[in-house]
Amino acid sequence: METGFLPRGRFQGLLDALHRAGYRCFGPQVRDGAIVYAAVSASEDLPQGMRDHQSPGYYRLERTSSLRYFGWANGPQALKPLVFAPHEVLWRARRLPDGGIEFSTEPPSTDKLAVIGVRACDLAALALQDRHFLAAPQSDPHYAARRARLFVVAVHCSDPSDTCFCVSTGDGPQASAGFDLALSELDDGFLVESGTALGAGVAAALELEVVSAEARAAAARQIEAARERQHRRLPSRNLRAALFANLEHPRWEDVAGRCLACGNCTSVCPTCFCHAGIESPGLSGETSMHARAWDSCFTQGHSYINSVTVRSDTRARYRQWLTHKLGSWHEQFGRSGCVGCGRCISWCPVGIDITEEAGAVCAGAADE
Amino acid sequence: MTPVAAGYKPQVAVHKFASCDGCQLAFLNLGEDLLLLSSLVEFVHFAEAGPVNPEAPVDIAFVEGSISTAKDVERIQLVRARSRFLVTIGACATAGGLQALRNLADGQAWIADIYAIPAYVESLMSSTAVAQHVKVDLELWGCPVSSRQLVAAVRALLFGVAPVEERDKVCMECKRSQIVCVMVAHGLPCMGPVTRTGCGALCPSFGRDCYACYGPAENPNTQALTRRLEGLGIAPAAIGRRFLSINNGAAPFTEAGLRLMHDHD
Ligand code: SF4
Ligand code: SF4
Ligand code: SF4
Repeated sequence: METGFLPRGRFQGLLDALHRAGYRCFGPQVRDGAIVYAAVSASEDLPQGMRDHQSPGYYRLERTSSLRYFGWANGPQALKPLVFAPHEVLWRARRLPDGGIEFSTEPPSTDKLAVIGVRACDLAALALQDRHFLAAPQSDPHYAARRARLFVVAVHCSDPSDTCFCVSTGDGPQASAGFDLALSELDDGFLVESGTALGAGVAAALELEVVSAEARAAAARQIEAARERQHRRLPSRNLRAALFANLEHPRWEDVAGRCLACGNCTSVCPTCFCHAGIESPGLSGETSMHARAWDSCFTQGHSYINSVTVRSDTRARYRQWLTHKLGSWHEQFGRSGCVGCGRCISWCPVGIDITEEAGAVCAGAADE
Repeated sequence: MTPVAAGYKPQVAVHKFASCDGCQLAFLNLGEDLLLLSSLVEFVHFAEAGPVNPEAPVDIAFVEGSISTAKDVERIQLVRARSRFLVTIGACATAGGLQALRNLADGQAWIADIYAIPAYVESLMSSTAVAQHVKVDLELWGCPVSSRQLVAAVRALLFGVAPVEERDKVCMECKRSQIVCVMVAHGLPCMGPVTRTGCGALCPSFGRDCYACYGPAENPNTQALTRRLEGLGIAPAAIGRRFLSINNGAAPFTEAGLRLMHDHD
């Protein structure tokens, strides 16, 4: 619901309102040459004037004279590290004097956290991770705790990068659901929409101005331009049948020759959820710590079962990634596992492009 | 493997061959845990720390250093014969070390260049990994290995279970630490995509490219990485030297390095 216009000079008011409502704020910042989420307290912390240049295996930032805070597409992270931690201790065990074992869990912090600058694709990915981690009957308590504390301030995309293809997956560039507040950034300020009662409450504290017809039209034009700027495509149809009909396609061998099996793609992918359990006993042998860490279908351990590695070569591993993400994901979640964020393309050290590989394997195959 | 019986203190030896002594320091750097470790096992031979008894039969022998003299060749056989578990620690013992570079060159000429009386230097023309001479039960990679690796190995052996081998690529650790990729964001020639984890992605965490201290990861695609580094404008011989560095004696790196050196001579 449209609630009003926040002039650029008063953006700090949004951060202050969130702080007053008890939230710690996370927002985009430039770190080590990329845009990442980190704690922000003042609007000066935001990447004003920054824009990103992304292409397969390539990411660079450029400082421009633009006043905008959100004139870039994305960085290597989505919301994933904030809800599905890359590494977290799930429980500790201790041997008791009577021979028993005592377990204790380590619940994550439930401090309220507002994340600013979330993209449409990130929200679509969050919805998928929610389904994976929260669906009954085995809802994951660690994910649930991190998720429940989130307040999401989305920003509709005005500047997709060369690697973005959310239009073809139907997930962007405009955020349509899953946010508490959503912003359209214009040169002189922000159109503010609320998506939840919580968001409306924060917006009410901002003393927003009435939105002019020109501002509304400019925001709509901006989204349209962002849509048109995208040129990469993933067929939006269900590729399940096409992929599984092509398990012996020569392209798998071809991509295996180029792929490092490094797991960067799955790590930056906001929907990938595979993890490994890591047991670290203390030297004394009296205590142990059990952690969960991001794993990937590109590691050997991922398919290691009872002394056999099921997918020992890269051909099988790459095929697993693509046939799950774009194929069997449909059976599991009712949609593909790709939200078109393009991260796996940019952050692949050798620039392998999922849209190209899927296109090559599925070319000519019948639709489902 | 069976767990250690109550009341029995397993006997441990730390042997040194051709090396810089740095890996043994991972024991000495344990701090308080060193006291705990000494209450769990008996160090019967550990020259750097005090006890000297290289002949004693032991449950676990840690071997640092490569086999680089005729005496080493004999000594490693004795170490093997007197140990239940033999664990190599570090790049020298596991892959021949930096000194294995002489396997790819004319070692005799190097000696002649440096020493006034080369005949006094009693070294073999090769420096090789322990596993090329005797059966090795566990290899701990790294230059140097870390205290964490040693503790994990000792603990597993005391429990009587097989130690977990770390085989993933450094990239996995890099992403788990949410480090911005130095190859993608800065064009640095990172070796992480072919290198084994263990260091916690130390170099990328300081904005530097990985130098492959932990040796080859499982399933390393050295050719794809080579093409990528060439694409970054690195000369083939320079890429070859990155493979032929600390772990030049590890087969996938030897192969990749030699291919680059020979193709472009
Ligand atoms: S598969 Fe690639 S483009 Fe699709 S959601 Fe994952 S990282 Fe983004
Ligand atoms: S596709 Fe790219 S990022 Fe993914 S495992 Fe292969 S080389 Fe790594
Ligand atoms: S910095 Fe190196 S180790 Fe880290 S993800 Fe990039 S290529 Fe891999």
